[in-house]
Amino acid sequence: MKDLIEDIERWRAGGQRVALARVVAVVGSGPRDPGAAMAINEASEVVGSVSGGCVEGAVVTEALGVIESGEPRLCTFGYSDDEAFAVGLTCGGTVRIFIEPLN
Amino acid sequence: MDKIFSTLVSCIRAEEPVAIATVIERSDVTQGQNPSPAELGATMLVSHIRGVQGSLGHEKLDAVVARDVGAALSSGRSVARHYGSAGESRLDDVTVFIDVFAPPPRMIIFGAVDFTAALVKVAKVLGYYVTVCDAREVFATKRRFPDADDVVVAWPHVYLETVADRLGALDAVCVLTHDHKFDIPAIAAALSTNVGYLGAMGSRKTHAERVERLIDAGVEPSRLNEIMAPIGLAIGARTPEETAVAICAEIIARRANADVRSLRDETGPIHLVAS
Repeated sequence: MKDLIEDIERWRAGGQRVALARVVAVVGSGPRDPGAAMAINEASEVVGSVSGGCVEGAVVTEALGVIESGEPRLCTFGYSDDEAFAVGLTCGGTVRIFIEPLN
Repeated sequence: MDKIFSTLVSCIRAEEPVAIATVIERSDVTQGQNPSPAELGATMLVSHIRGVQGSLGHEKLDAVVARDVGAALSSGRSVARHYGSAGESRLDDVTVFIDVFAPPPRMIIFGAVDFTAALVKVAKVLGYYVTVCDAREVFATKRRFPDADDVVVAWPHVYLETVADRLGALDAVCVLTHDHKFDIPAIAAALSTNVGYLGAMGSRKTHAERVERLIDAGVEPSRLNEIMAPIGLAIGARTPEETAVAICAEIIARRANADVRSLRDETGPIHLVAS
C-alpha cells in the first residue's frame, strides 16, 4: 500500500474514480501476504500487485465492477472444483481479496 | 476508508505506526438473532499518536478491535479476525481485516568499511532504514555511503544508547568493524536491547577472542549464542556484495525460523575455495 499512495493521490486529484484491492487472507501456499495491495482506476490503469500475476487480471475486472457500483466486495481466488473459482493460483493456494471504492 | 485515507497517508509519510481495521465480511442480517450493525467496508483507523478515527458500527466492537490492533502492530503483520456483533471473541458475525503499517525496520551497521557499502545497498533493497556508525570521522562520511539514511560519527555503544529503546524484533545490528576496541562495547550494548538480529563479522579465531573479552566485560555467557558470528549464511560468499546477501539472507532466515545453515553453526574456513 505504501508504494501506491502517490499514484492513488494523483489519480484522485485528476478526478479519476479508484478502487483499492487488498489481500486479506491466504490459505495454503500463496505468493503475497495479507496487506499486499493493488489500486485500479476507472481507465483500467493498475499499480501494485496481489499475487505473482496469477489473479491480477480477474481483480481488475472485479475492481471495475466495484468502481461502477460503489459497493465493496470480498473475492476468493484459488484452486477449487467449483467452477465459480475458475481463476486460480498456480501455487495451489487460496487467496481472499477485499476490493473497495476510494472515491 | 475514503474518509480516513488522508489521515492514513499522513501517518505513513510521518513514519508513525498505524493500522486500519475494515469490515470485510458480515453475517446476513436476516440470519441469527443478533445481526451485525457493521457495514461492509466500514473502517476505523488506530494510531497511538493520533488516536482513533471512524467506527465499525458498534462501540464495543470498536473497543475490542482497537485492542487487537495493538498486538498486530507489535508483530508487524496484517491479519483478518472474527468477532461477534458486539466484539465477542468466540462468535463469527463480522470479519475485520486489520492492516498494519509499521515504519520501516532499522538496520544499524557499525564499522565504515568496504563491506558496509555493499550491505547498505542490499538492506535498502529490503526496505530498511539504514544507519552507518563509526567513531573514525575519516571513514564515516556520507560521500562513502550515499545510500545510507544516516551516517553517524560516534562510538558505537554511545550511539546505540541513544536509539536502544526504539529497537525491536524486526530491527538488526551488524557489527563489521572487527576491531575489539569498538566491537566489544558495541556488542555488549546491543545485547542489552530488544534488537531481533545481532551479527558480528570476523573469523572464527577473531570471534573466539571476542567471546573471551565479552565475558571479561561482564556479558552473561548464556547470551553469547545470540550473536551471529561469523556473520551470514554459509553460501560461499566472497565479495562484499555476496557477503551482504549472506548477511541479509541470515536476517530473513532467523526471523522466519527457517532451517538453513549459518556460518556460526559450522566449522572450518568461512571462505570456501572454489573447486
